[in-house]
Amino acid sequence: MSDSHTNGHSHGPRTFEVRILRQDSPDGPSYWERHRVEHEADMNVTSVLQRIAARAETIDGKKVAPVAYDANCLEEVCGSCTMVINGRVRQACSALVDKLLADRPDEIELQPMSKFPVLRDLCVNRRRLFRALEKLHAWIPVDGYYAMGPGPRQSEEQQELAYPLSQCMSCGCCLDACPQYGKIEVVRREGETDQQFAARENAIYDLNFVGAHSISQVIYYNANPTGKLNAGERLDALIAPGGIQVCGNAQNCVAVCPKEIPLTTSIGRAGRETTKRAFTKWFDR
Amino acid sequence: MANQKVMIVGGGLAGLSAAMKLAELGVHVDLMSLTPVKRSHSVCAQGGINSVNEVTRQQGDSEFLHLDDTVYGGDFLQHQPPVKEMTDWAPKIIDLMDRLGVPFNRTPEGFRDQRRFGGTLFKRTAFAGATTGQQLLYALDDQVRRWSTEGKIRLFEAWDYLGPVLDDHGACRGIVGQDLVTMEIRAFPADAVVVASGGCGLIYGRSTMSMVCTGGAASRTFQAGAKYANAEFIQVHPTAIPGADKLRLMSESARGEGGRVWVPRKPQDPRPAADVPENERYYFLEERYPKYGNLVPRDIATREIFNVCTDEGLSVEKDRLCVYLDLTHIPRHTLDIKLGGILEIYEKFQGVDPREVPMKIFPAVHYSMGGLWVDYERSASGGLVAGSPKNQQTNIPNLYAIGECDYQYHGANRLGANSLLSCIFSGLIVAPAVANLLKGSKGTATGQPSSLFETARTEHQAAHDRLLRRPAGGENPYLLHQELGQVMTKSATVVRHNKALGEAFEKVGQLAERAERCSLSDTGNWTNQNVVFTKALKDMFPLAKAIVLGALQRDECRGAHFKPEFTIPGVDATDPAERRRLAEAWCDRFEANTQKWLKSTIATLNEGEVALSYEDVDTSLIPPRPRLYGLVGAELIEEVWKGRQAAKAITPPAGKNPSAKPAPKPAAVH
Repeated sequence: MSDSHTNGHSHGPRTFEVRILRQDSPDGPSYWERHRVEHEADMNVTSVLQRIAARAETIDGKKVAPVAYDANCLEEVCGSCTMVINGRVRQACSALVDKLLADRPDEIELQPMSKFPVLRDLCVNRRRLFRALEKLHAWIPVDGYYAMGPGPRQSEEQQELAYPLSQCMSCGCCLDACPQYGKIEVVRREGETDQQFAARENAIYDLNFVGAHSISQVIYYNANPTGKLNAGERLDALIAPGGIQVCGNAQNCVAVCPKEIPLTTSIGRAGRETTKRAFTKWFDR
Repeated sequence: MANQKVMIVGGGLAGLSAAMKLAELGVHVDLMSLTPVKRSHSVCAQGGINSVNEVTRQQGDSEFLHLDDTVYGGDFLQHQPPVKEMTDWAPKIIDLMDRLGVPFNRTPEGFRDQRRFGGTLFKRTAFAGATTGQQLLYALDDQVRRWSTEGKIRLFEAWDYLGPVLDDHGACRGIVGQDLVTMEIRAFPADAVVVASGGCGLIYGRSTMSMVCTGGAASRTFQAGAKYANAEFIQVHPTAIPGADKLRLMSESARGEGGRVWVPRKPQDPRPAADVPENERYYFLEERYPKYGNLVPRDIATREIFNVCTDEGLSVEKDRLCVYLDLTHIPRHTLDIKLGGILEIYEKFQGVDPREVPMKIFPAVHYSMGGLWVDYERSASGGLVAGSPKNQQTNIPNLYAIGECDYQYHGANRLGANSLLSCIFSGLIVAPAVANLLKGSKGTATGQPSSLFETARTEHQAAHDRLLRRPAGGENPYLLHQELGQVMTKSATVVRHNKALGEAFEKVGQLAERAERCSLSDTGNWTNQNVVFTKALKDMFPLAKAIVLGALQRDECRGAHFKPEFTIPGVDATDPAERRRLAEAWCDRFEANTQKWLKSTIATLNEGEVALSYEDVDTSLIPPRPRLYGLVGAELIEEVWKGRQAAKAITPPAGKNPSAKPAPKPAAVH
């Protein structure tokens, strides 16, 4: 069946260059490397990286280790393959080669995300992003998993407000583009166990900005009829250090979000609700 | 018992639901996943999740009819008690997911909305836009996150499962895993192991599956001695978007919401789709299957689309096989609310708005009905005994399998929107099964001699080191993978011929040998994706062989397994007496075929070679009947068939005990 997908409209073998910012290990230096790739129909950046891995040879004919990269669903719903392509943070799977070459002929430039520690080449460690979801209690605290009947009834209108927010795939684009979100690289100390290291890392992450994705998730869970019951907990976490007050309103997040999630609307709402929460708590003292 | 723990391999819907339920039952869980669990392949499921609901119930639907549709759609190849239990649980599962916050689409009154999926006449499918799998996964991911902050679940993300650790008695005592960043290989003692590693689509090169769906974990379990069942039953989804790196799914929900499949009657009509007048369009599914229309079961839709393009030469394009999937008659707003996610995928990857222009689609490998063989304990009422440690257990003691990587629920063909259900269901029922196993066991895995784990670890380390030391100039694993994909796609998908399968079996064997001579382009020990891929590739071959051999030996047509040489032709005579005679003969052949082939294929590995045997299927709840979708003379065959069934009901055959699960018995192939 895959044979059905022959290239029906090729113009002979055409090649293009790919410039990749590589790094062999977290503490190693980064360096640029150039590869040449043969053009095929319907290529995306992930298939370019697949060809480069198969060939493992630079433009000068030097044998090199394949470029390391993350990828999974290849249809822009898992968030794995996020990287900086021609200067813009996005998913490699939905970055179509023909479109990239139309904007910048003959060359594609790939870099790892800039705000997360590089593990190798285009692979980064995005654990901090998931930690923010823990910090903000991003879940519905149900009593348990026994059958208790359906959840509360909800209006169509509410579903249509919630659904776009729930499409956040934790890719990290909004964080990479945010001027307030700085890069944090925690280095493991000698003799530290997995648990000790994770605990120290969490403590550092928790003092720094949680970012647009998780602020939007607070709005999502607080709007849920059951999630609402402990909305205060999430708002308190959002007022703590590293919370919403760090946002500088640059609005880059909403511009780069691949799912077009109304992040700035969420931030605006979270701002009002946290202010209200702070006042109520102050008056209730 | 304190210090007992369970290792779950895989963090999709099945693995996460098992983890959260085990945590609720007070069992400590470790969960290992190739990818952060939120990025698991379950996110790709689009259309929805099935259950009988209040509306369909009042239209005559029931849990029993959901069971009936599932086993009829699956051509009766699945044991019925687990399916009965699943369809009984289905409404409760959807209620639970609703409570966990899944943003299901709503009716104007605020109830969950439902749509219709293939293989049923009822609107049984609850959905959250067209990203239902993603939404269900996120809700479970949330719960697991909640438990993990409390220390009840430990996640090992970006770890590769290398295989189970078995003791001298062949019981599972843990696993060995490898950190994909540091490449550290470590043994993890566990009192039970649950493999929830998903499908194996990458064996076919390109499919609708994600990059992690190599089948590696299932294969490693198979190589450790677990039985693998019904490997040859691979679902080819009727509608996918062809691409260079992946064949992207176009959900059945597009047809569920009224999408129509057609081709121009004039081959390769050069006019734009919109300019082809109605009477020059061939809505071939609607014409051939007036009852189900565009929502026939997937195996049938796939074959029809394939045939219309190949045999009938009516592909929309000449160089690229495809048909139209048309939504342009549906209002834009409705499409955005109900199908937004998938339409955006089409638009993003094809650069065409499917709300304005019909999509061009073609079938693609999508789901593995087969998988690791698992057991169950049948209850007196024909379902499962709740909490029985047998439920979902493989033939290796203490080792379980759930989700797509088990073979239990879908028989020869899976119905749309049943997989999200079977994944969550098997995850939820494996938890009490495992908890009860642990209660009944003495000692703990951590109490096992440390040499057991050290030996297993050392063996995997040595194999890893050997791979890294392979001399340069050998085979390229990525190119071998492409070759394997081509062989498998050509021989073991929609239409299967014994000659091609025989050749493919030899070819796969040759590729497997060549894979032993792979050279690595990366010999380092830091985030080495080259060595991880090469291991996964080598582990594709045992499953590939099981698929091809299973298909080769099964000389019949059943669900997704279609061999034109073994079809039973319909009744096309005109003389009434002759018609009756042909219908009787048809039913005789059908009964003989059922007798011979209504059996699970069981693959085992014997010194590296796949050996097959056959096991009876428990069809005690619903007797097998012919699947007559679209067959010529179907009404008459059905009449004859019903007559025979009625006669049998009066005199039941002696010696049948429907309450006992049939004992496994090997069957002769010829």
